[in-house]
Amino acid sequence: MSPPHEVGPDGHHDHHHRGSRTTHLASGVTVARPLRVGIGGPVGSGKTTLVGSLCTLLRDELSIVVVTNDIFTSEDARALREAEVLPIERITAVETGCCPHTAIRDDIAANLDAVEQLEQMHSPVDLTLVESGGDNLTAIFSRGLVDVQIFVLDTAGGDDVPRKGGPGVASADLLVINKVDLAPYVRADVTRMLLDAAERRDGKPVYPLSLVDPSGATPVAEWLRERLALWGADEHTT
Amino acid sequence: MLLILADGRFPSGGHTYSAGVESAVRRGDIFDESSLERYLMARLATTGVTDAAFAARTAALHSTVIGDNELDLLAQLDAEFTARVLSPRQRMVSRQLGRQLARGASSVWPSPLLSAVASLPGGTHQPIVLGAATAAAGGTPFDAATIALHHVATAVSTAAIRLLGLDPIGVASVQACGVHLGAQLLIRDEPGTNVEVWSRSDPAHLPARSGALTEILAEDHGHWDARLFVA
Repeated sequence: MSPPHEVGPDGHHDHHHRGSRTTHLASGVTVARPLRVGIGGPVGSGKTTLVGSLCTLLRDELSIVVVTNDIFTSEDARALREAEVLPIERITAVETGCCPHTAIRDDIAANLDAVEQLEQMHSPVDLTLVESGGDNLTAIFSRGLVDVQIFVLDTAGGDDVPRKGGPGVASADLLVINKVDLAPYVRADVTRMLLDAAERRDGKPVYPLSLVDPSGATPVAEWLRERLALWGADEHTT
Repeated sequence: MLLILADGRFPSGGHTYSAGVESAVRRGDIFDESSLERYLMARLATTGVTDAAFAARTAALHSTVIGDNELDLLAQLDAEFTARVLSPRQRMVSRQLGRQLARGASSVWPSPLLSAVASLPGGTHQPIVLGAATAAAGGTPFDAATIALHHVATAVSTAAIRLLGLDPIGVASVQACGVHLGAQLLIRDEPGTNVEVWSRSDPAHLPARSGALTEILAEDHGHWDARLFVA
């Protein structure tokens, strides 16, 4: 689906720039910006693995940067760097002052600063992934920080979680139920999880995933391609 | 207007800044309310005074008429504040917090002074941005200095509660002691600790209070593998 790429002077691919909307920098300058995607969910649900898998699947067709918000700075960023899913300079960690949900929802300043710095440094960027620190079911991303958000649940975290709901489960643009391969070992009913989630989400999509291999994230990568196409199309209609 | 700017919930990333408390806790310098009080008083009387002076001096600039003189003065304030912060890590964090405040404040209180501050290459230090934001929100140099000290007290108190689980009511009492000291620092008729003097001062003559340990701990903190706060 992507046009042929040229390799730029820095050795990275020069991508066709799809980013459309604009952002106002602190200096007052207005620049076009890429689609910003938030990836949230409880501790250990597989957010970092999903981010790594998406980078592996999409890095040859898109210019991607990643901001992580682990409780302890740099844990997740280090995991992504060591997995070599992207050149290390495309991944930044921000400190969250013990409150991961504050950093993505109530006071997004540190995240915005990191996002804008990365987007400027690697311009043009197509896709910015912001991974939240592991948090509770009420944590959602501010609309001032991301354009769309994915919420990730762990099958082994309890099959009653989708029924409990909360802002993350109910309002995320995409809900991922991860580690479905573990269901038999923890006696989780994935079908029930999917049905409960569908009931909470008013028709918004729910994907069951297993990320033992990066290819497990293919449906999410495809969903992101669709969102990117919409993002580009909106440019011509707004 | 100024209450919004002074509020710790104003979205400028202040919640990620511990004003050195994370290092001090690990070193064992802060472990209860009385050690927290000692730390806060020292911080207010050293870097707090420097922050307050630069905030006051910037707030004394006219917020709507910006010419070459004002731009020169802003560059001078930036260079002078940089000279007062020895740790490269602390300088970097100070500029980052400045950019974050500039982003929020220039949306809420658009002004030529804030735009000029935000346009300095790489942004500028947090206290200078705070001075510009205070002026843009209609405040005086005294307001800017007061808010600068209040921000130090808030950062120190909040971080201590989060890191040590101290009783928040006890910490609020510590913060109240800090307010008392802060008020003295701003009005005491002693050279270098007076807002009136700071507002008219040549940037080179503004206070240069700091602490060697503050700088060393900031630098050390920046090299930790796992941090909860930016500094």
